[in-house]
Amino acid sequence: MLSVLRHQPGFAHGVHPPEAKEDTRDLRIKQFPFAPVMIVPLLQHTGRPALPVVREAQEVMRGQLLAEPDGDMSVAMHAPATGVIQRIALAPGVSGRMAPAIFLQPFPGSSQEVAEGIPCELHSATPEEILQAIQNAGIVGLGGAAFPTHVKLRVPADRTIDTLIVNGVECEPYLTTDHRVMVEQQGDIFTGIRYLLKATGAGRAMIAVEGNKREVANSLAAALPADLPASVHVVPVKYPQGAEKMLIRALLDREVPSGGLPSDVDVVTVNVATCAEIGRLLPHGRGIQERVITIGGPGIRKKGNYRIPIGTPLRFALEYASMDERVSRVFLGGPMMGQALSSLDIPITKGTSGFIAFTETRTAARHEFPCIHCAYCVDACPLFLNPSQLGQLAKAGQYERMADEYHLLDCFECGSCSYVCPAHIPLVQRFRAAKAQIRKRRAAS
Amino acid sequence: MVVLTAVATIGGLTFLLATLLILAERRLHVEEDPRIDAVEEMLPHANCGACGYPGCRPFAQALVEGAVAPGKCSVSSIEGLEEIAAYLGIAVGEQTRIVARLACAGGSNVARSRARYQGAPSCLAASQVAGGGKSCAWGCLGFGDCERVCTFSAIAMNSHDLPVVNSAACTGCGDCVDICPKDLFSLHGEDHRLWVACKNLERGDAVLAACEVACTACERCVQDAPGGLISMRDNLPVIDYNRAHETRVPIARCPTGAILWIDDADTVVHGPASKRPVRHSALPRAPS
Repeated sequence: MLSVLRHQPGFAHGVHPPEAKEDTRDLRIKQFPFAPVMIVPLLQHTGRPALPVVREAQEVMRGQLLAEPDGDMSVAMHAPATGVIQRIALAPGVSGRMAPAIFLQPFPGSSQEVAEGIPCELHSATPEEILQAIQNAGIVGLGGAAFPTHVKLRVPADRTIDTLIVNGVECEPYLTTDHRVMVEQQGDIFTGIRYLLKATGAGRAMIAVEGNKREVANSLAAALPADLPASVHVVPVKYPQGAEKMLIRALLDREVPSGGLPSDVDVVTVNVATCAEIGRLLPHGRGIQERVITIGGPGIRKKGNYRIPIGTPLRFALEYASMDERVSRVFLGGPMMGQALSSLDIPITKGTSGFIAFTETRTAARHEFPCIHCAYCVDACPLFLNPSQLGQLAKAGQYERMADEYHLLDCFECGSCSYVCPAHIPLVQRFRAAKAQIRKRRAAS
Repeated sequence: MVVLTAVATIGGLTFLLATLLILAERRLHVEEDPRIDAVEEMLPHANCGACGYPGCRPFAQALVEGAVAPGKCSVSSIEGLEEIAAYLGIAVGEQTRIVARLACAGGSNVARSRARYQGAPSCLAASQVAGGGKSCAWGCLGFGDCERVCTFSAIAMNSHDLPVVNSAACTGCGDCVDICPKDLFSLHGEDHRLWVACKNLERGDAVLAACEVACTACERCVQDAPGGLISMRDNLPVIDYNRAHETRVPIARCPTGAILWIDDADTVVHGPASKRPVRHSALPRAPS
């Protein structure tokens, strides 16, 4: 009885959307076939596009380097299949913009062996060498943000890291990729943790799992090697528990300052799928050329978790997964933070954790009513911002005030405010627009 | 008695404060050139900032100080400028009429959309959702943010959801340049009449599936233009306005009319070879 009253780890505010994970969470990860043409964009991450090192009509082997990083805020790209480079041209991206990409035509008869590289030996490599290997392997945050992992892991000179948090929370509805990775790739995760601990100098690792995946947490805890300074923690089910700042608050009760980074409170967080890829690729010196995604939603017949080659066109993936012909909306990512798409010709990139398709009935447009100042959004915002006020300012076009007085730039667009708004005000969309305008003005001045 | 005391107190206080105010006015008086007020009165009071000053009064101040010529004001009529010049005894200076020009001609009758956008009816908001759903990634979204932001009502959306600039009303203040999420507006001298109304960076006839009036990068205008006036950059013709550009020759063979001529009355003139469709209804959505 008293255990009910005991302090529960967690964070204040947040929302409880339907989880919708039961369709795919028990389905094993399956290998996805190769599309007739793969599109590998040169910019799949936050930062600068990679520089191609191949030319048109060149034959490449699966896993071979296609493009090398351009500076520190950039990562390498590798061939998702053995085949021939068709051309390097503009291709549509998630944002709707056209960006340069490498078009690769796989050889149908190839055995699709993956090229081996120079391994990064865990025992002999220095932290800097591990970061270099991560950059050369093209690894970015696979949770969706696609931020270059080696930049995230680099500890500022004036700080030390005491804790590495491996983020297996996956609070976004419909998505079960991290769930399956934690069930099927436990060895890779533990190897990845060893590399990450060495690279950051952290003394311990904490694997965070949401309460709706308790059996996964138990199996991970049972499989933990005795010599690994790691522990498994179950955090309460709540959205957005998987956000970095919320997770640090829940596990360690530390608060990342406004505009700050986890390293300001001596923590580094890494998504569990990213951690598993590091453990899978670095011992072989390979680059990332495929990733695990969830294909789900009411508009998909063959729902599931797939290991899909990077660069697979969405249209091919949807056809393979047997899309319902009534599908009217496709979202890249989950329903809360995902992006509605305007084209099915975009490729799957490193930051794609899944896509979901909806039929018309589920996505009918809702009429927007004026704000009634009910403050549901204020109660939902995990960062304690004032979405109501921000929404009014956005409508009035006062973007500078939003940034300067109401901390707009702290907002990470989790969508909790839009989700609870009874007036159906598209708050997050307005904030994204405001941020885009602020970025444009700052770049111009 | 009480009434008398009250009247005396308030009256005394009034007298005291009035004296203080008069003294303060004498002591703290700022000597200001009376011509600034006069010149400001002659300016159009638009406070648009097109002259490079924050408003009409700072511009008037700069005029009186001789830091700038009246011609910098692109809003005022030439008679108004001559009046100011005569008052200050200076030259009018060259009035450079700056206007906003739109680098897109893809109205809904000639350019397709590939998705149906639902949400706030604003270009800025729509551009955040996968670029807004237009088939051409560079094209005008047509929700009219520019029309709403224009203080001078110089921009009006036409029946195909494409903004049309009224050069006579445009002051070149740059508000539309700031607001357009596709960066389609830019400020140009009114004499820049040869104009490329497209920003599509792709080449070849494939671009016509998205927009029938897009530039296909065929380079005919580059070949026809007198010596080096037009060059190609990123599959788009770039006009060098530092050279003599008063020529309609380059538009003659343009197959889509993407390079065009804007005459005095803002009428758009296309070359005779351009196959511009005569269509009044919107194109259907592109098959997804």
